[in-house]
Amino acid sequence: MRMLNPEMNLRADVFDPKDFAPTRLGFGQGLVEAADADPRIVGLSADLTESTKMDLFADKYPERFVQMGVAEQNLATVAAGMANYGKIPFITSYAAFSPGRNWEQIRTTVCINNVPVKIVGSHAGLLTGPDGATHQMLEDLALMRALPNMIVLSPCDAEEARKVTIAAALTKTPVYIRVEREKMPQMTTSGTPFTIGKANLLWDTEKPVAALFATGSLLHNALLAARELEGQGIAVTVTNVHTIKPIDRESIVREARRAGAVVSIEEHQINGGLGGAIAEVLAQECPTPMEFVAVKDAFGQSGTPSELIEHYGLGVSHIVGAVRKVITRN
Amino acid sequence: MEALTDEEIRELSSHAAEIRKTIVEMLAAAGSGHLAGPLGMADIFAALYFRVLKHDPKDPEWVERDRLMLSNGHIVPVRYAAMAHAGYFPLEECLTLRKFGSRLQGHPEREKLPGMETTSGPLGSGLSQAAGYAYAARMDGKDFRVFCAMSDGEQEEGNTWEAAMFAGKYRLTNLTAIMDRNNIQIDGNTEDIMPLEPLRDKYEAFNWHVIEVDGHNIPQFVAACDEAKAIREKPILILAHTIPGKGIREIEGDYRWHGTPPGKGPTDKIPAEKQAEVFLQELGK
Repeated sequence: MRMLNPEMNLRADVFDPKDFAPTRLGFGQGLVEAADADPRIVGLSADLTESTKMDLFADKYPERFVQMGVAEQNLATVAAGMANYGKIPFITSYAAFSPGRNWEQIRTTVCINNVPVKIVGSHAGLLTGPDGATHQMLEDLALMRALPNMIVLSPCDAEEARKVTIAAALTKTPVYIRVEREKMPQMTTSGTPFTIGKANLLWDTEKPVAALFATGSLLHNALLAARELEGQGIAVTVTNVHTIKPIDRESIVREARRAGAVVSIEEHQINGGLGGAIAEVLAQECPTPMEFVAVKDAFGQSGTPSELIEHYGLGVSHIVGAVRKVITRN
Repeated sequence: MEALTDEEIRELSSHAAEIRKTIVEMLAAAGSGHLAGPLGMADIFAALYFRVLKHDPKDPEWVERDRLMLSNGHIVPVRYAAMAHAGYFPLEECLTLRKFGSRLQGHPEREKLPGMETTSGPLGSGLSQAAGYAYAARMDGKDFRVFCAMSDGEQEEGNTWEAAMFAGKYRLTNLTAIMDRNNIQIDGNTEDIMPLEPLRDKYEAFNWHVIEVDGHNIPQFVAACDEAKAIREKPILILAHTIPGKGIREIEGDYRWHGTPPGKGPTDKIPAEKQAEVFLQELGK
């Protein structure tokens, strides 16, 4: 029997979405809500205030907004100083520049220093589209996941991005939040649970033969693939791994044991992202055949989001193919 | 603040002399670390910890304290020595420098040692942290001052100039940077490696108020810190001309001692095994 997990309170139109919004917008809205609740929150932008949706915060709290200019190293380190003082700074740019350009500053002045800077990398992934490879950040999860003290969050839709932002503001640690430019289907609701470090089982079946773990923009494709596979008589589960670090070991091991085969799905390099994190857990706790739906050690290029998703093997058909392949290995 | 009396000058000089001896002892015990820079900054750190800074060694987290950010973390032995002499921790602890389990890490870590203020080592990111701190403090109307000690070599880092631009734009008058202009870096003299001059003009062009001092003239440095308090328009740079290795004639100005402890330095003047002993004698111990 196939089913959407009722505890997840997903939207009724999840398979035929009516509403679309970018995760960056959810971040912008969440930041305003978090700032309403906590006057220590400040926002720093490196000349990309509108496109990272920090403008919502800047308009409401101009005295708490700091324009940094195009200087991502300074963005991270000024924020580190502010956080050291006692503020809770959110810093925004495109993910290719922050945390792309300022990784060492984040390592030293944020993570070793252990101060609560919240790094929001927007326009991550291939869906940045026409801007081309330089702006399609596909390595951010790996960069951030490697850092001690860092929490890494990758919301699947705007509503989850809003919750992620509010939750990030409440932690005392450095946090990285990955958001994207493109509008995505709205899948979750205000009633969908969100806890940092606790993955959400969205699609459940009684006797799954593969466990799908997806993050960010490709979660919707994972759900579509699950439905298609169900029509082919292949039962799977789909888990939304919104927290890449700390990874939810318990959920991963549980679902891998139930299904006996695993597919990871992410709009990121195959090296070091969600798939890597899952493989590390499974190799230690329950070695399981696994396939990776991810960008295969290549840079992107200009194109429409749908062209790129197809070209780089991240579409519904690719997920279906990966599942069909992995179950033959079990 | 009143000008220093002769007795106060003698006291501060005496603190500087003790700090220098401690630096040599701790580096000799560690067997690695940087010698020239810390010795060159001993007068300034004595003045900071025994005169300029508003602080309480018994209460390192005192909220109204002045903050001193050390950007060039590799000269931290001078800070450890100054903090120990000022009473932050026992002097003997200095001999744990760079050893396993020590609070005195090879490059400073905020969470290891109360009063350390921030973590540094990779160059060029201290000024921006200090600027962020100063900006945040000003938002809340705090009246303590934020100091940032930095090196001349790290003026080669882009991040430094991003910070300089930021502090100039936001007129961070509560920020005082102190540049150790000692003209050396690991590979040689700064003007050979990557020319930095005209530093004064550069900072002035970035809308800073620049005060040049002899970094070994304690009254001059203290007067510059006092002058900095009166500047209400711009962030302040105290451009302190120092002699690396100051106090030990054989190594003064010699870039080869930038990253080398006693016992492992150039042997053309003093054999390795005699270096610590000779240096301490020369410093009056």
